[in-house]
Amino acid sequence: MKENPPLVRSSHRLAANNFLRALSAVVWKDLAAELRSRELLSAMLVFALLVIFIFNFALELDTATRATVTSGVLWVTFAFAGTLGLNRSMAMEKDRGCLDGLLLTPVDRSAIYFGKAIGNLIFMFIVEIIVLPVYSLLYNTNLFNPGLILVILLGSIGYVAVGTLLSSMAVQTRTRDVLLPILLFPVVLPVFIAAVKASSGFLQGIEMAEIQPWLTLLIVYDVIFTAVAFMVFDFIVEE
Amino acid sequence: MIEVRKLVKRFGLKNVLRGLDFHVEPGEFVALLGPNGAGKTTFLRILASLSRPTLGEVHIAGYRLPAQSAAVRRRLGVVSHLPLLYGDLTAEENLRFYGRMYAVDHLDQRASEVLELVGLNARRRDLVRTFSRGMQQRLAIGRAVLHDPEVMLFDEPHTGLDQDASAMLDKVLREVAAMGRTVVMTSHDLARAADLASRFDVLSRGVIVASVQRRDIQPDGLLSFYRQAIQDA
Repeated sequence: MKENPPLVRSSHRLAANNFLRALSAVVWKDLAAELRSRELLSAMLVFALLVIFIFNFALELDTATRATVTSGVLWVTFAFAGTLGLNRSMAMEKDRGCLDGLLLTPVDRSAIYFGKAIGNLIFMFIVEIIVLPVYSLLYNTNLFNPGLILVILLGSIGYVAVGTLLSSMAVQTRTRDVLLPILLFPVVLPVFIAAVKASSGFLQGIEMAEIQPWLTLLIVYDVIFTAVAFMVFDFIVEE
Repeated sequence: MIEVRKLVKRFGLKNVLRGLDFHVEPGEFVALLGPNGAGKTTFLRILASLSRPTLGEVHIAGYRLPAQSAAVRRRLGVVSHLPLLYGDLTAEENLRFYGRMYAVDHLDQRASEVLELVGLNARRRDLVRTFSRGMQQRLAIGRAVLHDPEVMLFDEPHTGLDQDASAMLDKVLREVAAMGRTVVMTSHDLARAADLASRFDVLSRGVIVASVQRRDIQPDGLLSFYRQAIQDA
């Protein structure tokens, strides 16, 4: 096979360095701003805790039933809190015109998408890390299961990959708060179904062979939608 | 430096720009004047590569839009009436963030130079949300010149500023222009435009209807020139 000349290799390396530098700058900026304001995380966290409190009092369940509803309650909580975070994260860019500021920079625009997505994912993980032990205490259910952690990881990636893309679309409209869940939930339905089934399987100790198709679905969804977002983000943010 | 031919921009059925021609020489400071809805902001957004032209050709510094938009963006500094700054970051952090996005060399030194230029060195560690509107706009200019662009676009930079803040902004604008940069500024404020620009173009209903050099007009003649241009359009 013919090897690329050194000039082409170095230009590829430069482009990759620029991409990573822009991506890490966007992630750093989101984390630093959130560390100061704590607007996004506190809203997500309070909302998530309220949801599991409400479910705890609304569903008076025996121990056996709890195990079957746990995954559903968890994913509803993550989805609602996640939507709140996605909306806020993109609104922060739009309100002061910062999205234009980002789009004016000479970087590959997919670096902006991945930077925002990684920031959103970090916020989502923080909420999940806090919600899991609280849920365990309230519902008296052991959630420290490596399989469940894997499902939460894969499900969150799929949810944030699509959510970041759609929130950058919804933020351009006047009805962004309402529009995002309307756009997002139908598209991420496969993630929720697969994540609930796989989580439930791990919590109830079902055989791996039965859980495997749901895990595969999650991985395929993550790969496809990350690739789609990579390809279309530039067109979505441009007028 | 900027060459625009037969530029058309449509939003649905509405033609905002209708075959606009525009040419700017290197080092010129052009004030783009016109009534509300004339298409000034739309035109500037196309030059800034934030919006795609429907038809026509746009070249900036020898690069064509939108095909070579990354190369154009590297050579552009843009200031609008919104500061494009993060309120929860300090002035210095904002510049460092944008400096990383533009791959600015010797970023610490450059950020200090820019803060000095816009008179905000003493407030470098303060959060931008604690700044007055005038200070935010000065920092916005600092953000726009950070990567030393050849072309500067200003979209109504005086909007919402009081007299003192506007005067300070003018001082910074003059310093930026004195560095030999090509500047295009939209404005409703004829007096300020007359004070700053070397050429005045009037945009009405999506086309340039009149253009005059500063040397060809009396200092108090801009208002009558503008009114006549709008009337004839």
